[in-house]
Amino acid sequence: MAPATRTDTRPSTVTLIWRTTVGKKAVMAVTGVAMLLYLVVHMLGNLKIFFGPEDFNGYAHWLRTLGEPFLRYEWFLWFARAGLLASVVLHGLAAYQLTRLDRAARPVAYVHRDARRDYATRTMRWGGVILALFVVWHILDLTTGTVNPRGEAGNPYGNVVATFSTWYGNTIYCVAMLAVGLHVRHGLLSAGRTLGAVGRRSQHAVRVASETLALTLTAGFLAVPLAVMTGVVN
Amino acid sequence: MRLTLRVWRQAGPDAPGRMARYEVTDVSPDMSFLEVLDTLNEELTLRGEEPVAFDHDCREGICGACGVVVNGQAHGPERTTACQLHMRHFADGDTIDVEPWRAAAFPVVKDLMVDRSALDRIVASGGYVTAPTGSAPEAHAMPVPKEDAERAFENAACIGCGACVAACPNGSAMLFTAAKAEHLGALPQGRVEGDRRVLAMVETMDDEGFGGCTNTGACATACPKGIPLPSIAAMNRGFLAAARRAR
Ligand code: HEM
Ligand code: SF4
Ligand code: FES
Repeated sequence: MAPATRTDTRPSTVTLIWRTTVGKKAVMAVTGVAMLLYLVVHMLGNLKIFFGPEDFNGYAHWLRTLGEPFLRYEWFLWFARAGLLASVVLHGLAAYQLTRLDRAARPVAYVHRDARRDYATRTMRWGGVILALFVVWHILDLTTGTVNPRGEAGNPYGNVVATFSTWYGNTIYCVAMLAVGLHVRHGLLSAGRTLGAVGRRSQHAVRVASETLALTLTAGFLAVPLAVMTGVVN
Repeated sequence: MRLTLRVWRQAGPDAPGRMARYEVTDVSPDMSFLEVLDTLNEELTLRGEEPVAFDHDCREGICGACGVVVNGQAHGPERTTACQLHMRHFADGDTIDVEPWRAAAFPVVKDLMVDRSALDRIVASGGYVTAPTGSAPEAHAMPVPKEDAERAFENAACIGCGACVAACPNGSAMLFTAAKAEHLGALPQGRVEGDRRVLAMVETMDDEGFGGCTNTGACATACPKGIPLPSIAAMNRGFLAAARRAR
């Protein structure tokens, strides 16, 4: 019997994207790259702490007045936060749903395990969970000041120094930054492949770029707690 | 050579399974892995036990029937099919684990045999390709750039063995599906139906219960035919473009 050709009417673009594994992965890639761009800017901004409290606090204030008078006070910041929130929610939701599908697709595990095979996948998933928890703590610590040892509004410099003067602040932050490095290392090349932007010729270059970016981000973010710990920033 | 095999035994699709231990003696390093299973089966038959069921057909690496996971690797330690895997890659006295492909979409039929017809349904859902049939077409009627022809040919080498699915930590059939989609999509004959084909094949792939791709590359490492990982990226590009054009 000749198999029937699928002639059913095609669903909409949005349905196709969110319903298929390939499409959902593309959502992860786009939101992941958006967050990655944010991280680069965030890391560069953080390094201003090395120029002293006036510079750093002034930068934090500038972020609130950015776009004025076209935008009003803090509008830019709230737009950015809305975009980031949408990204992290879509990214996390897609990751969760795809992970469920992936696990269901291998209901019986191999008796003879080969741990190398799913190293990247496992570190992405657990690393992602670590990042999600970190983001919550980080916002409560330095954005709202709720759990910050100092928690002084308008003095981010002092709050940062306060956090990195505690053992737990340093531990949480360093673990999370290592997770960022591992996530970006696999993530950027993976996103390139998911979006079909990385082909045979460019894959080597993109792999090198992923590793360089991962290393740069981790080093750049870790510079701040290390500086506080060693007394360079106080 | 003398080997200990630990083989997955399962009487039927719904029966419980377990790893059974067998000693196989007089193994020659020139034997293929399937010949070792044959030797074991002869002994089992003589002892009045049920032989181990496994799939095989051509025994020359072209049909894709002979899939088994050897020591946790699809088709074993060499990048070839199980029928072309020779025992010289093992050492005397080795213990070797032999398991069926593990995927929800590949239910075990018996012992090492699984039902891979989900792969056929992916291909079938791709539908037809507009090409004149009957007598052979005139070779110059439709020029194909050499690079495209080679890309199509490279992807056409897929034998549908399912090793990519077996090796993938997510039980994903992306490499297989990409090979089929790219094989047809690279050529002018298949391009007309390109959008519909890639959308339908990806949807069928998901419906059959295969997992998603996390770009680990385990599939391409295991593929006996060397289907390249970039085929997946190419299919993703085709899928996303087709989805954009869909209404
Ligand atoms: C909410 C916390 C997060 C979770 C739960 C999470 C989880 C995941 C998972 C499971 C994957 C798929 C891994 C794979 O394909 O092997 C992934 C991919 C990715 N993630 Fe995250 N992640 C999180 C946060 C982030 C952040 C903050 C960034 C920004 C640097 C990011 C960037 C990426 C990128 C670029 C990819 C690649 C997308 C692709 O494979 O197509 N993720 N994430
Ligand atoms: S892509 Fe390779 S491993 Fe997968 S079915 Fe085809 S030949 Fe087998
Ligand atoms: S039996 Fe045909 S490929 Fe192994």
